[in-house]
Amino acid sequence: MAAGDVLLSGEHIRRVLTGDVPATLVDDANLEIRTGEFVAIIGPSGSGKSSLLYILGLLDRPTSGEVMLLGQATSALNDDARTALRLKHLGFVFQAHFLLPEFTALENVLLPMQRAGMPDTEARARASSLLTDLGLKDKQNNLPRQLSGGQSQRVAIARALANKPSLLLADEPTGNLDTHSSAAVQDILRGLAHEAGRAVVVVTHDAAFAKSADRVIKIVDGRIVAT
Amino acid sequence: MRLEAAIAVRHLMARKRQSLVSVAGIILGVAFFCAIAAMMRGTENDFIKRLVDNSPHITIYDDFRTARQQPLFELYPAGAVELKNVKPLPENRGIRGYQQALDFLAAYPGVRASPVLAGQGLVNFSGRDFGITLNGMIPEQIKDVTTISNYMINGSVDDLIVNPEGIIIGAELQRKLSLHMGNVITITAPGGQVRAFKIVGVFRTGRAGYDESQTFLHIKRVQALLNRPDRANTIIVKVPDPYSAFRIAAEVEQRLGYKAVSWVEASQDIMNALAVRNTIMYSVVSAVLVVAAFGIYNVISTVVMEKQRDIAILKALGYTARQVKQIFLIQGACLGVFGCGVGIPLGMLLMLGLGQVTLKPPGSTEPVNLPLDWGAGQFLVAAVFALSAALLAAYLPARKAAKVQPVDILRGGA
Ligand SMILES: Nc1ncnc2c1ncn2[C@@H]1O[C@H](COP(=O)(O)OP(=O)(O)OP(=O)(O)O)[C@@H](O)[C@H]1O
Ligand SMILES: [Mg+2]
Repeated sequence: MAAGDVLLSGEHIRRVLTGDVPATLVDDANLEIRTGEFVAIIGPSGSGKSSLLYILGLLDRPTSGEVMLLGQATSALNDDARTALRLKHLGFVFQAHFLLPEFTALENVLLPMQRAGMPDTEARARASSLLTDLGLKDKQNNLPRQLSGGQSQRVAIARALANKPSLLLADEPTGNLDTHSSAAVQDILRGLAHEAGRAVVVVTHDAAFAKSADRVIKIVDGRIVAT
Repeated sequence: MRLEAAIAVRHLMARKRQSLVSVAGIILGVAFFCAIAAMMRGTENDFIKRLVDNSPHITIYDDFRTARQQPLFELYPAGAVELKNVKPLPENRGIRGYQQALDFLAAYPGVRASPVLAGQGLVNFSGRDFGITLNGMIPEQIKDVTTISNYMINGSVDDLIVNPEGIIIGAELQRKLSLHMGNVITITAPGGQVRAFKIVGVFRTGRAGYDESQTFLHIKRVQALLNRPDRANTIIVKVPDPYSAFRIAAEVEQRLGYKAVSWVEASQDIMNALAVRNTIMYSVVSAVLVVAAFGIYNVISTVVMEKQRDIAILKALGYTARQVKQIFLIQGACLGVFGCGVGIPLGMLLMLGLGQVTLKPPGSTEPVNLPLDWGAGQFLVAAVFALSAALLAAYLPARKAAKVQPVDILRGGA
């Protein structure tokens, strides 16, 4: 795939919640993510950044509109097919890091690779090198409760990178990190984005981080106001 | 699958105490199930064995299942004939030409048959009359078709062979009449004939009524006493496989015309009672396992509740609904397998313990051991039942887990 091809696009995405507290989370969002891009999404708290990311990451279905991943429409696919696409092409770093508490840092990173059927030794080597790159070489065998918030966040990033996703979606990956680790994470994400055929979308409040992105998408009240 | 298993085991290990408590339910359920089933089957087999051993497998009576037809009806099979106040001629009762029946039975391999002429007799003792049943048999065949020789406490059945004027009586009768071996008793037949017999053997079966009333004699002597030469009123048959008795009886009846009753038919009421007893007991024991299954349901649904976040993550990472469901089914299976793995040996220990118990039922003379059945069948049933209960108990929460939508959880937790 040549650089600059459309990896993911959202067309008129709208997501409303009905129920006891009705809300419009995303309102008519149109966007394109191309390979090689490093895109930042910014906006005030509660503006719908996470909601948009869940939809782009095939974790949530838009009420209307379409998400195209690698030219394939996704809204008509069943859950299993969407899960398979997630496994193959998408990596996700959640706003709250969400590690599995019974598994060590290394094992948490291993999970997606094992799920994808990577041979064990290869998977272990990769998990270990990812953790080392993120400065967690000596914390590999710690359980999540034996890690600080920032360390957990970095494990979550390693886990998202495990299957070399075409598109990495990260929800405030540097939120809990000190300047030094934050810079390291930013470098890793930027590096990944500029690898052939990949792209990274980051939600962030960090103005400097956003500034370093190739493109910034600004959201207010569920609407994209500037790209 | 390996991965799902690894996750499942981690979940269980993370709440060891809860898992152990729930597994303890299965262990106890399985153990009790095994022990009780072994007792049930043991006593049932013991009971049937006694029933089968102590009674003829087939008894052929000098009787017909349906009353004989009057010749008139045979003459006009299609006619509208009515015959009122039929008074059949008195017949000399008994199986006529029983030798022919014996020859027919001899064609079956392993089948042993012996004619019996049974009748009533009176023994007079110090002014009181005691009614007894005279069983006239061919002395050589008594051992083949009855178990009476197992119960001899004095003398032996073979003594009848050398002493055709002998009689074998029960211990109760002996006690009542203060008789001794070698004594001679005088028996009066209903027809008035009187004969003297020498006591050559005494048996005790433990059934007081039987020990008081039954006697065994040479068939020729009984025929003479009852004035029914060359007659037998029953033929008792032992077959090698008691469970084929039903079939053979039907064949015999069809061929000979005489009513042939197998032990199954004769003991229908007892067999029914056994079936009812089994149903009741198995339901009670199964209830234990059902209760244990609730324990498993409890643990796994707790895990599912607590693990909503993890389930959401796994699904977000690319685990399908089926894989998530498997994780929890595996937990159920683990608890079930572990429960069986410990429960069955524990059940065996219980059975060993029960095997040591001796009972002395009131009125019985000898202590008895609990009969236990060590067949593999009941262990298999317990294992299958426990595993299915565990899987079923896991299935409901597992299905719920599979339905978790990751975004619902992520939104709440973010
Ligand atoms: N279950 C819900 N019911 C009603 N409203 C909801 C629900 N979940 C989220 N919202 C609303 O949707 C809006 C968008 O939420 P979202 O999490 O996408 O914001 P965000 O931009 O990620 O904010 P933050 O920067 O604080 O993470 C918020 O105003 C929130 O109150
Ligand atoms: Mg958010």
